[in-house]
Amino acid sequence: MLRIEGLYLEQSGFELGADFVAQSGQRLAILGPSGAGKSSLLAAIGGFFTPKSGHIYWEDQELTSLRPSDRPVSFLFQDQNLFAHLTIEDNLWLALSGGRGRKTAGQADQITDALEKMGLSGYQGRRPGALSGGQVARAALSMVLLRARPIILLDEPFAALGPGLKQEMLSVVRDVAAQTQALVLLVTHQPQDALDFATDSIFIDAGRTSYPKNTKEFFAHPSPELQDYLGK
Amino acid sequence: MARRAFPLGLGAVTAGLGLFLLGPLAAVMWRADQGFSRFDLAAVSFTFWQAALSAALSMALAVPVARALFRRRFLGRSFVISILGAPFLLPVIVAVLGLLSIFGRAGLLAAIAAKFGVTLPPIYGAGGVILAHVFLNMPFGVRLLLLGWQGIPSERFRLAQSLGFVPKATFLHLEWPMLRLVLPGALMAIFVICLSSFAVALTLGGGPRATTVELSIYQALRFDFNLGAAATLAIMQFALCLAALFLSTALPVQHGFGRGLDREVVLQSLKGWRRWADFVLLLMAMCFLLLPLGGLFINGFWGLSALPAPIWLAALRSVGVALCAAFLACLLAFVLARASLQFGRSFDAVAMLPLATSSLVLGTGIFLIIHPFISPAKAALVITILTNGCLSLPFAFRILLPDLRRIYEDYGRQIALYGLEPWAALRFVIWPRMRRAIGFAMGVTAALSMGDLGVITLFASQDGATLPMMIARLLGAYKMETAASASLFLVILTFGIFWLFDYGGRRHAQD
Repeated sequence: MLRIEGLYLEQSGFELGADFVAQSGQRLAILGPSGAGKSSLLAAIGGFFTPKSGHIYWEDQELTSLRPSDRPVSFLFQDQNLFAHLTIEDNLWLALSGGRGRKTAGQADQITDALEKMGLSGYQGRRPGALSGGQVARAALSMVLLRARPIILLDEPFAALGPGLKQEMLSVVRDVAAQTQALVLLVTHQPQDALDFATDSIFIDAGRTSYPKNTKEFFAHPSPELQDYLGK
Repeated sequence: MARRAFPLGLGAVTAGLGLFLLGPLAAVMWRADQGFSRFDLAAVSFTFWQAALSAALSMALAVPVARALFRRRFLGRSFVISILGAPFLLPVIVAVLGLLSIFGRAGLLAAIAAKFGVTLPPIYGAGGVILAHVFLNMPFGVRLLLLGWQGIPSERFRLAQSLGFVPKATFLHLEWPMLRLVLPGALMAIFVICLSSFAVALTLGGGPRATTVELSIYQALRFDFNLGAAATLAIMQFALCLAALFLSTALPVQHGFGRGLDREVVLQSLKGWRRWADFVLLLMAMCFLLLPLGGLFINGFWGLSALPAPIWLAALRSVGVALCAAFLACLLAFVLARASLQFGRSFDAVAMLPLATSSLVLGTGIFLIIHPFISPAKAALVITILTNGCLSLPFAFRILLPDLRRIYEDYGRQIALYGLEPWAALRFVIWPRMRRAIGFAMGVTAALSMGDLGVITLFASQDGATLPMMIARLLGAYKMETAASASLFLVILTFGIFWLFDYGGRRHAQD
């Protein structure tokens, strides 16, 4: 269980207070106007943004003082999720090992296995630049699968893909998360992404997070702020 | 462990650098027990006015050349621009020999003048010193100005054209505001370089009317063995450099002209006399830069195969010194660049610290410190390596910092997310992405060190010289042909090493 308690983020130009709870296996969409702090909230959970005050707990562990690599999270950003100068295999090995020691036979098997599950068999020797946009997304998801952390943070990683491909990727994420019973937090601009993918949704506006609500419910009975945002 | 290793290493680097730069300075201050003589004051005055005049002349020539280069498009334009970058790496002693082959007593101009029964004034003296400074620095000025011209958004030129500006109006409203921003900085940079001029003054200057402070330091130490006088002069030199450095911080910072959209500038083709004037100007500038090198080639080529053994030994020493100094400079630059990104800009100032001192000031201080304990000649090469490494640190730093910053902007998150330890980050991310910049920085610093004729002259014995020092000696003994051949050899080695590093970095570069 992820517990966000009295979290307060501040940076020149915006502030955000967050309080909510999310469970393993949940898929949570975070919606809101640009500049509201969706990405900053994700960055705070991932360890890339130091909050002014408040706590982030995973199970009973307080995360705010941990380094990004020590947190139970996998993170996909909008871009640069893979090192452009390394092959897919080396990228995945770094994600798996943190660059410690040498590649063991066990690790090589794990990598081959993950690539196979993602439909990327035979691509381990390629660099990201030699792959299509969809394949790059799949390679990045292989990394999430390999790391098998209980929280998956997605900061619009598929924004550059076409709608069909994006839907496909979101369904791959759903499979990956289901395999590890992970909690997924997805930042998005598109209400459709939430409807397609998320079990529950949060709306951020005016410096506050709303409490997670069942996505169908969320859109069936939108709050006034959400109505404004959706333009209905 | 590794987490603490970097701050520790950084502390060692900063402390070592500080000690190496400030220790000699303290020694100099402690030993400076003599007042200024009349000759010292003459040296200060000459140093100041020759630097001012060299800077003014260099830029006075650079402005029309850069302007012509900016507005004309012709075959070989990019070749001309790359040639303009070469004098920065060209060993000073080589430039001097090249100039002698054209402007010297037995040079091309003298031969032509003799046909008409005219005798040219000798190149030795203040005139020669300034000529060499203009030769070495004018191209640098042209490059700076060319950047300035290219920095004017093309939209402004288009607007000027659509408003039907006459050339005078274009100059007044577009070019002059740019020049007002760029010129002071460029003048100051050249002024500072000429302020510490040693090799040029050593070979072309001398005598009571053409001796720089740096040259006086050398003479006081090497000929008179008057340590007190050398120390006093070193303090004067340091004060001059420091004053110039402070003055340059007061110069306007370039603000630019607002953003353009980086459209290609399409200039109306010039017609009539302006076109021809540009052409003649560029041709003359190219002759001024290339003829001395051509002359050197002609004078030196035939002796190249018959170079005596001591020259080969000196070349070997030079290469060794250059490689070690380049490695030291790049290592220091990398550590400080990394620190600048992690702990803030104050480490930029540490990396720029060597700019406040000069080769001979540093050398005098080190000489004062070590000579009671060890024969200076024995430590000559080590001290040259350390000094050259430190003095070329600012260049290496400026080359490495932007690339390292981009790596952390692009991949810093990923490195933190995977928890790559510093060593792993270096091996898997930074090294493969920085090879190009590191190769270039190594090439530049090695070339600078190859051609350096500074601190080594204070320390080296008769048979411990580097190649530039050997050439200076041959020149002093009027062995012009051997000097020309050795110079050609030095040019080949210098640019060869630069090219090897630069090419090595670019080959297999994966960005």
